[in-house]
Amino acid sequence: MVTAETLVFGVIALILLGAALMVVTGKNIVHSALYLVLSFGAVAAFYIVLQADFLAFVQILIYIGAVTVLLIFAVVLTYNANTQLSNPGNAQRLLAAFISLVLLVLIGVVLLNTVWPLNPAPFTGSTVALMGPLLYQTYALPFEIASVLLLVALIGAIILARED
Amino acid sequence: MGDLLGNISNFINNIFVNAGSAIQGFLLGLGLMPQAVVVIMAIIGIVILVGFLLNNLLVLIYLERKVVGFIQDRVGPNRVGPAGLLQSVADAIKLLIKEDIVPDRADKLVWALAPVIITAQALMVYAVIPFGPRLILSDLNVGLLYIISVSSVVTVGILMAGWGSNNKYSLLGGMRAVAQFISYEIPLGLALIGVIMLVGSLSTIDIVNFQAANTWLFILQPLAFIIYFIAGMAEVNRVPFDLVEAESEIVAGYHTEYSGMRFALFFLAEYLNQWTLASLGTTVFLGGWLPIGIPGVFDLSFIPPYLWYYIKAQALFFVLFWVRGTLPRFRIDQLMGFAWKGLIPLALFNIFATAAIWIVGNLLNFWRA
Repeated sequence: MVTAETLVFGVIALILLGAALMVVTGKNIVHSALYLVLSFGAVAAFYIVLQADFLAFVQILIYIGAVTVLLIFAVVLTYNANTQLSNPGNAQRLLAAFISLVLLVLIGVVLLNTVWPLNPAPFTGSTVALMGPLLYQTYALPFEIASVLLLVALIGAIILARED
Repeated sequence: MGDLLGNISNFINNIFVNAGSAIQGFLLGLGLMPQAVVVIMAIIGIVILVGFLLNNLLVLIYLERKVVGFIQDRVGPNRVGPAGLLQSVADAIKLLIKEDIVPDRADKLVWALAPVIITAQALMVYAVIPFGPRLILSDLNVGLLYIISVSSVVTVGILMAGWGSNNKYSLLGGMRAVAQFISYEIPLGLALIGVIMLVGSLSTIDIVNFQAANTWLFILQPLAFIIYFIAGMAEVNRVPFDLVEAESEIVAGYHTEYSGMRFALFFLAEYLNQWTLASLGTTVFLGGWLPIGIPGVFDLSFIPPYLWYYIKAQALFFVLFWVRGTLPRFRIDQLMGFAWKGLIPLALFNIFATAAIWIVGNLLNFWRA
């Protein structure tokens, strides 16, 4: 019985896999970056299907809004006129494909044999209202440590980019 | 007589909601599945919303040229139609019939998709803007976060336009535009956090209801309002922050290589973003669709709520015209310095001050939590 949810999942999964494949096999590196944007969008769509609305929009904000900008800046600042050749073919393609297949089989076996804790009831309510106390009360210390980590990264970037 | 007036006012206030219910009842009566009815209602809502926005755009473009003209002591367009009212229509027709010039060695797909992405993103924001008490396309729980995150997608579109045009000025303009955008995104978000702290919810309807129950948020958060407006002006590339598309600076920045309808899409997206700035500003700070009035002194609530929203958003938009006609342009380093060294510390201070006043007020039992 193909429900609407399965259909939507299938479509998004196809888009995600297709985009991810084009990222690594594309010939043009800027096109690869844009296919990565598409894959980020597909992941955000998955989050929406799973009713994690906060996570979906944070995914768009952080990944598409910030990480993509970083990637594309890095690409166009080191712009080479031969962008057609920026993703040359790999001499070890067969070995890479074989190892990827082995990895796929391994991970697939592990995934299919795990008993996932499923929540049968559909979630209604505000995910943000639930996340607030978790972030600031239960997991306040990891939150603060993550912020300090980001601060260190920011200061490091500023020091590295200083001219004197 | 009073009853008749009340009925007429009720009818006008709820005209869109009643029409929507009627259409929904009609569709359900046709025997369609409820999910299909929801989808069809959403499509009808989207069509009406986009129609309103695009027509409003024509009005805004005409108003801009007239108002900026008057500020600069000239008349503005007055040839096409009475008092130049058909000028926007003439502009639209001109852009439609222009030749579509495709740069020779541009990356065709990337170059062609860029205006589409930018315009789509500009339109998507309106899904969570409330035009009236029940006139919202989708009342998301995370409305404000949706707006900020969807707005940030424009960086991808700008980079696509800048890179895909195969033009040094486009690339430089695109990178500058993205740098400006991400720099001013931060004080924008931080200013809105002050509001979210007070309201306790990210939903736009909750924010307007909070303002209905208490006072308008620009009184409770004046600094946040100013920071929001300035950062928003910089985000939509509005004078004095329009360095990235100014003709005397960088030809036309990232939309140099676009002509005809493609340029029209960029133009559309720019004005839509500015109207978003005004709409979101009225929703969050100026009370959305609430009527202006002092209880007991005067009551203007006979004007329907969607008209109140329009009046307030248009008033904010007028401030944009005013600033455009008056202020000179920022340099790029002044722009970036202003964001990082000026607005971000101010916005952070606003968050701390809000929290501090709230905690102290709670300790002194000054107001309910």
